[in-house]
Amino acid sequence: MSTTAPPAPKRDDAPAQLRSWHHPQLPRRSGLAALVIAVVLTSALHAGIGLALVPAILAGWAVVVIGLPVLSYAVEGRRKAFDRLITVIVSSAFALAMIPLVSILWTVLKNGLPVLTPEFFSYSMRNVVGEGGGIYHAIWGTVLITAATAVMSVPLGLLTAIYLVEYGGDGRLAKTIRFLVDVMTGIPSIVAGLFAYALFVVFFGPGVRMGIAGAVALTVLMTPVVVRSSEEMLQLVPNELREAAYALGVPRWRTIVKVVLPTAMAGLVTGITLAVARVIGETAPLLITVGITDSTNFNLFDGRMATLPVFTYSSIMSPGVPPEPSIARAWGAALVLMLIVMVLNLVARLVTYFFSPKDKR
Amino acid sequence: MSMRSVLRDSVPTTAARTTSATAADGPASRRPAIGIDVEDLDIYYGDVHAVRGITLAIQAQSVTSIIGPSGCGKSTFLRSLNRMHEVAPGARVEGTVRVDGRDLYAPGVDPVLVRREIGMVFQRPNPFPTMSIKDNVLAGVRLNGTRLKKDEADTIAERSLRGANLWDEVKDRLNRPGAGLSGGQQQRLCIARAIAVEPQVLLMDEPCSALDPISTSAIEDLIGQLKDEYTIVIVTHNMQQAARVSDETAFFNLAGVGEPGQLIESGPTTKIFSNPDNPSTEAYITGRFG
Repeated sequence: MSTTAPPAPKRDDAPAQLRSWHHPQLPRRSGLAALVIAVVLTSALHAGIGLALVPAILAGWAVVVIGLPVLSYAVEGRRKAFDRLITVIVSSAFALAMIPLVSILWTVLKNGLPVLTPEFFSYSMRNVVGEGGGIYHAIWGTVLITAATAVMSVPLGLLTAIYLVEYGGDGRLAKTIRFLVDVMTGIPSIVAGLFAYALFVVFFGPGVRMGIAGAVALTVLMTPVVVRSSEEMLQLVPNELREAAYALGVPRWRTIVKVVLPTAMAGLVTGITLAVARVIGETAPLLITVGITDSTNFNLFDGRMATLPVFTYSSIMSPGVPPEPSIARAWGAALVLMLIVMVLNLVARLVTYFFSPKDKR
Repeated sequence: MSMRSVLRDSVPTTAARTTSATAADGPASRRPAIGIDVEDLDIYYGDVHAVRGITLAIQAQSVTSIIGPSGCGKSTFLRSLNRMHEVAPGARVEGTVRVDGRDLYAPGVDPVLVRREIGMVFQRPNPFPTMSIKDNVLAGVRLNGTRLKKDEADTIAERSLRGANLWDEVKDRLNRPGAGLSGGQQQRLCIARAIAVEPQVLLMDEPCSALDPISTSAIEDLIGQLKDEYTIVIVTHNMQQAARVSDETAFFNLAGVGEPGQLIESGPTTKIFSNPDNPSTEAYITGRFG
């Protein structure tokens, strides 16, 4: 065998037969350069020859979305060109999505910040005509009603989720509950408001307005969100941990309370916080069930209360004469509401960070 | 020792039996010996017949290893010994399992009480991620509702960790998270957790398959020490391991594709590995198995 084997190829002529790994590439920052070109082109069209802003942006965008892939195709080949095309499209979609977000933030900050004075936070609107006044009553209303909502919907939602994950499995009851929760998620908030109003009318007669009715309406909206997020979180708890507890002779309920819930705690708290953030800005159900008032009312069970979203709405819709102070207060209230939601989101982040199981030493 | 009686008293069925058994065994044995008699056991998952007709006597205070190809029902059988297979929906058994004469599947038997006596160690180390090393060890005792004083807790934790050969490695960081240990240490932590509730039987489901050879060797040494006090049943894919650690060996195999698993042969490990009766056992342990 060894005698008939062909002589080993010489090392020198081997590279000639290998395919090159090199391929021409556009310069490293060509994507950034394309962006700069688009901006320059757009400004030139807009400011230079007086084209309207939107067509100018579209023109600049078109040059990049066509030009960069074509250039890339010529230099780098088909795969890279396609990659660049998709990159441009995805980045454009991102920019498009950012426009409303930034615009809202900017407008609310610009109009709301000047209103935020100590007086704005410490005065209600009682006996205020024109300038002055504040959202003390609305902040308290929002806090109390949201707290009452959380007190009702968190136990309900969490226990439902525990049933679905730990006991229901794929049974018929669990499937029905899942379906109904999904349906509930889609209930328009105005319908939830009408439901709560109708419910309280049964007991208190027509024209009833009280904070707890608003809390019931918000509970209808918040519970399915809590169920869904908690269910996801409980399902993430590895089955091995449940088995480990069972194998130690731990009863099921104790396994849930002492092992499953602590392991999922971070996710549960985050989900609940985000659900609160979701309902805190609801306007329509509160408008129907709680109404609006100028005075501070701490009693959830007696009469109208002011809330930040409804305060914003009514300040814009019936500003009085002169309208400017009222509209300014509406911006201020909107900003405060946004700040509250932002703080809640931040809290959720912090909770995730501090509560999640640490495996670092 | 006093702790043990406290623990046992919380389980009425055991308390009565422990006293009589200890008297019968005499001073030589520190713990009552518990054997398991399995008779004509069939295990089903829904419509799937997983294991058929197992009859096996598991000796007390010895190590019994269960070997066989994947999917032959070894783990299923093991889990049926402390009713852990019931965690899967639709699982049921036919036949009898007697632990020290008590029928495991008699009506009215509470699986929770069974599992306090028959502990289990899983394939992958699964310490509770929210608990410290010490809390992990004490989890079984605490989660069963027993309130521990601090010194009692310290005693149990130290005894269990020493029992699992982990004490020297973790004694300075008992309050660190259990998940921060290495894989082998985590597995020994799980063994410490299992023996902290003082079971009589310890079931091990491939306890070393996720571990490196050094950790494996540590756990095998541990099994050798534990068998003085516990009846141990170990499922393993590692034939050398079965030969090293076990006194008795049972070989499981599938009757055919899609057929339930069944017990082919069981007996003293030395015999199974040197002179098995069944040709398929020989084929499997010598590596000629298809």
